Amino acid sequence: MNDTTKKSRVPAFATLALLVFFNVGATATDRSPDAEPTTVYIKDFMFTPMTLTVPVGTTVTWQNLDEEPHTIRSVDEQVKTGALDQNERYSFRFDQPGTYKYVCSIHPSMVGTIVVKGG
Amino acid sequence: MATIEPFQTSRRGLLKCIAYGGATVFGLSSGVLTPIDLAQAATRKTSSGAVAPLFVQISDTHIGFNKDANPDVVGSLTRTIDLVNALPEQPGFILHTGDITHLSKADEFDTAAQLLSTLRATELHTTPGEHDVADASVSEYFKRFGAASQNRGYYSFDHGGVHFVSLINVLNFKQNGLGALGHDQLEWLEADLKSRSASTPIVVFAHMPMWTIYEPWGWGTADSDQATSYLRRFGSVTVLNGHIHQIVQKVEGNITFHTARSTAYPQPAGGVVPGPGPLKVPGDELPKLLGISSVTLKTHPSALALTDRTLV
Repeated sequence: MNDTTKKSRVPAFATLALLVFFNVGATATDRSPDAEPTTVYIKDFMFTPMTLTVPVGTTVTWQNLDEEPHTIRSVDEQVKTGALDQNERYSFRFDQPGTYKYVCSIHPSMVGTIVVKGG
Repeated sequence: MATIEPFQTSRRGLLKCIAYGGATVFGLSSGVLTPIDLAQAATRKTSSGAVAPLFVQISDTHIGFNKDANPDVVGSLTRTIDLVNALPEQPGFILHTGDITHLSKADEFDTAAQLLSTLRATELHTTPGEHDVADASVSEYFKRFGAASQNRGYYSFDHGGVHFVSLINVLNFKQNGLGALGHDQLEWLEADLKSRSASTPIVVFAHMPMWTIYEPWGWGTADSDQATSYLRRFGSVTVLNGHIHQIVQKVEGNITFHTARSTAYPQPAGGVVPGPGPLKVPGDELPKLLGISSVTLKTHPSALALTDRTLV
C-alpha cells in the first residue's frame, strides 16, 4: 500500500518549490471538470473544509492562505509536508480508501480529516 | 503573571534602534527573577566594575520571515547582535530559545548561523522551536545543533555555579496543540536533577511556555507539571521560554517563569484574534515590542537578576 501511494507522491528529495509546481500540474490533469472540490484551504488557523470526502484516486490539494506557515502531517505519516508558506500548495493522491486524520505540526490544534471512499 | 512594559525612550533613540531585535537580561533575587532594563544593567557599576551578564537570551529570530509585520528580520537580528556586542562586559554565553528560522529551510539556518557567529560571546546554546523542526525530515536543526544533545534535543551543562537544563517541547505535540516533553525526557530530567544540591541555582529553558498561558493557541506544555515537580525543592529556579513573542511572567514559590520577546515580530495577547500570527504595528512601534533578555549572577546578595531590553 505504501509503495502504491508513494509512487504518486513527489519524491522526498525534491525542493518544496518543485514539489508544489509538480503537484499543481498533477492536480489539473487528475481532476475531471465536474468533480467535487478537492482543495482544502488553510485560513485563520483552520483547515476548510475540516472534513473532505473524496473518491479513491483523488488528488487533494492544500493551499495555505495564512501569513503563518503550516504543515500537513497525517497521523499515519503518509502525508508529511515541510512548512508551506503563504499561498504555497501541496497535493497528495489518495489511492487507498480510508479515513486520514492530519494536523499542522506547527499548530497541532489545527486538525483535519480526508475521507477516501472506496471505488 | 506580570507583563513588563517597554521602557520609554526618546524619539531619537527610537529611530536609532528601530530595527533591533529582542533580548532579556535577568536577575534572580532571593529566587525571584527580577526584570531589569538592559541599558541600566550595562551601565550599572559594582565595586569590581561593570556587571557581566551570566548569559543573554535571544529568541524567535524567525530568519526567513518576510511579511509586513517585519520585512527585515535579518536587520533586526543584526541590530540585536550589535546591542549585545556593545555590552561593556560580555555574557558568558548566548542562549537561543528557538524559532531560529521561520520555515526550517537550510538557507535560513545558514543565514542565522552566519549572523550568530558575529556575536563576541562565542558560546551558543540552543533549543528548537516548532518552526525549526517543520521540515518533513526534521533534520536541518539537528544537523547543525544536535551534537550538544546527541540529537535528543535535551541536555544540561554547568556555568558559573548555575546548572542549566535545555528541554525540547516542540516534537510530539498533543492533540490539543500543547507542547510536550514526553516520558523519556521527563525521566532524564528527574535523574539529571537528582544529584544536585537544593542550593544550586537552576535555569531551565525550552521554546514553548512551561506553564499554560493560553490553551486554545497551544501556549503551554501538556506535561510540564511533572517537570515542575522535580524543580520545587530548589531554592532558585528560572524557567525561560520564547514562542509567544511577548513577555509574560509568573512566580510560583521559588520558581520564576518568564517568556522572552522575539527579535522578529510581536504577537497578540492570547485570544484577541483568531490565531497566534504576526502582529502588524506601525513601524515606529515595532522596536518597542522586540527585545532580548539577560541574566546576571550577583554575589552580594547571592541572587540572579533578569533584565528585559527592548530595541528602543
